[in-house]
Amino acid sequence: MLKTFSIGGVHPEGNKISAHQNIRQAELPKQAVILLGQHIGAPAKAIVKRGDEVLVGQKIAEAGGFVSAAIHSPVSGKVAKLDTTIDASGYSKPCIVIDVEGDQWIDSIDRTPDLVTETTLDSKGIIDTIKDAGVVGMGGACFPTHVKLMPPPGNTAECLIINAVECEPYLTADHQLMLEHAQEILVGVKLLMKAIKVNKTYIGIEKNKPDAIELMTKVASEYAGVEIVPLQIKYPQGGEKQLIDAIISKKVGSGKLPISTGAVVQNVATAFAVYQAVMKHKPLFERVVSVTGHSVAKPSNLWARFGTPLSQMIDECGGLPEDTGKVIAGGPMMGKAISTLEVPSAKGTSGILIMPEEESRRMEVQDCIRCGKCIEACPMGLEPYLIIAQAMNQEWDKVEKDSIMDCIECGSCQFTCPAQRPITDYCRLGKSTVGGILRARAAEARATAEKANK
Amino acid sequence: MNVILIAVIALGCIGLVAAVILYAASKKFAVYEDPNIGKINEVLPQANCGGCGYPGCSGFAAACAAGPDLRGKFCTVGGQKVMDDVAKIMGYEAVAAEPKVAVVRCNGSCANRPRTSQYDGATSCAIAAATYGGDTDCSYGCLGCGDCVEACQFDAIHMNPETGLPEVDESKCTACGACVEACPRNIIELRYLGKKNRRIYVSCVNEDKGAKTRKECSVGCIGCGKCVKECPFGAITLENNRAYIDYEKCKLCRKCVAVCPTHAIVEINFPARKPKLAVTEAVTKEVPAQEKVAEANPQVTSSDQSEKIEK
Repeated sequence: MLKTFSIGGVHPEGNKISAHQNIRQAELPKQAVILLGQHIGAPAKAIVKRGDEVLVGQKIAEAGGFVSAAIHSPVSGKVAKLDTTIDASGYSKPCIVIDVEGDQWIDSIDRTPDLVTETTLDSKGIIDTIKDAGVVGMGGACFPTHVKLMPPPGNTAECLIINAVECEPYLTADHQLMLEHAQEILVGVKLLMKAIKVNKTYIGIEKNKPDAIELMTKVASEYAGVEIVPLQIKYPQGGEKQLIDAIISKKVGSGKLPISTGAVVQNVATAFAVYQAVMKHKPLFERVVSVTGHSVAKPSNLWARFGTPLSQMIDECGGLPEDTGKVIAGGPMMGKAISTLEVPSAKGTSGILIMPEEESRRMEVQDCIRCGKCIEACPMGLEPYLIIAQAMNQEWDKVEKDSIMDCIECGSCQFTCPAQRPITDYCRLGKSTVGGILRARAAEARATAEKANK
Repeated sequence: MNVILIAVIALGCIGLVAAVILYAASKKFAVYEDPNIGKINEVLPQANCGGCGYPGCSGFAAACAAGPDLRGKFCTVGGQKVMDDVAKIMGYEAVAAEPKVAVVRCNGSCANRPRTSQYDGATSCAIAAATYGGDTDCSYGCLGCGDCVEACQFDAIHMNPETGLPEVDESKCTACGACVEACPRNIIELRYLGKKNRRIYVSCVNEDKGAKTRKECSVGCIGCGKCVKECPFGAITLENNRAYIDYEKCKLCRKCVAVCPTHAIVEINFPARKPKLAVTEAVTKEVPAQEKVAEANPQVTSSDQSEKIEK
């Protein structure tokens, strides 16, 4: 019996139609639009100005705080302007616009395909290099990797878990990356182990990728302490807390960080980015993007530089089908429908999903019949039917009491609801509202504490 | 006979002891409540809307009774009449407060603001706002899901199905501010009801640059600043590419309305303009806007022109 997480979960159709499509290089955009907020935390601060010449891999924005990441130019050319553009959130965000001229890389990047396995860097050296290269979690949340590699005081890392689950339907970027770059990924894993000083790694892969499991197991046999863990197919197994539960059978307590279980979870594509950053001196400026959907002429996996408009990548895969109803950045469960195709790709763009009109409509919302399916599906053990009712009545104190802050917004409740109720939408609203209330409360407590000290 | 007597005496004794205990307890644990609180509570409208900023009418009554005066306290539902009554009960001077009304500062109807996408998520502005910038290119304007209508306890705000925008019924609006809180876009504002219910305000909160705003909406404020220059009372300020009229300073002269190139400034309950004015407005709208202003105020034009040259 294969392992999986213990609470809840759903089984959406896999739809991995772009699987086994070799990753090909996407065309360079004519104009790259590089967002300054491509990660969780403070947006980066631009260090270039209008008219500056930049090369591929050159740092163009510095981290804007501790939880933030640097951004490097994915193209060479001239900075046209510092402007704003609509990103996947649907709002205007600051960005750097670069007119692309040629494809000139900075000299320090090793562009040979040779595998480099040895480094003289120690733990701190590796983390600093990762930080400098602007590496963030490539699973979609884009949490800066260097922050995760430095556990807060009182916590020690005991093992590393590599997330190669790719439980989102449709997406195949990680799968294909494993098939094509298994060697590099394992060197990256070794670097991550050295960085957090552990000697045990589990790589979790769902069993719908048997070729990846086989290949990774073969390559991993050369590395001490690396174990491939095949997992049952269940969504949201790629969630950090669910994966820890599935692999080492430990639960992350409410309000606790995943590190409290001793596990550091990193995405498989992050491990590859770490390899490139440390061994090839190549900062993070491109990633694999799955362009997929049943109506897409050529479902593909593309190496796309950040700042490439999604419309261009869609054109490369056969253009936008006529009956398109929705274009989603990311997967169908947690991705976000975008309002314009000119949204530029960024560090978190793992896929572009094109849904035909009839698949993209929401069905009519009906009344809750108290069937409890959402409770069964919730991987965090919450009671979504209660939360939506309370959020609709704006009873935020009750929503808070029902542990809304533990919600991972995976969408399982809404997926499973037979009445098509917008449960996740209201959970998200509840989470952001209660989050605001908690922050205000903490600020007030700090202010009173300061007053008392005086 | 004897049994009945014993029972009566015993019961009487118990009653006497209990009465003494109760009397002592009521003296010892008495809670003093200002009798004024009850009196004030009686004159309040009992809507419990929270528009005054206190938790319900009894909370407001307690706050009024606590004094020391009525400054900063106003029952928006009851208005001046109720406040006068409260003042009479407490023996304070009534504080005159100008009545207010909610105004919706967005004119992006279906005709004025072209739709660029469709939203079919949960019918809630808060959720729509968290999802994306809205079904038009303007990410500041009304989302049209009716959170304000839902929030209103007085049936004073309704969606107009033709424009897709909420409309305030000023005869019912009590300026409690519930809709202001509910709007995730901060479009609704409480402004003075105005003399003869006349009001002038900028019906747009868009902060995009002018050229972008023009593309997004035909009646958006493009931040040109013409109204700021025109206003003789210094009531208009321009910040983040949008104009704002300070209702405390505005004297309702309507000069700004005439010069606004996108008709983003709205006048409410004014009589139709005199024919002469109407003609000049038409002239302003067509070509020689610069010349027209030049006649009226040469200084303004020169600065206008120099701005143009710089651009």
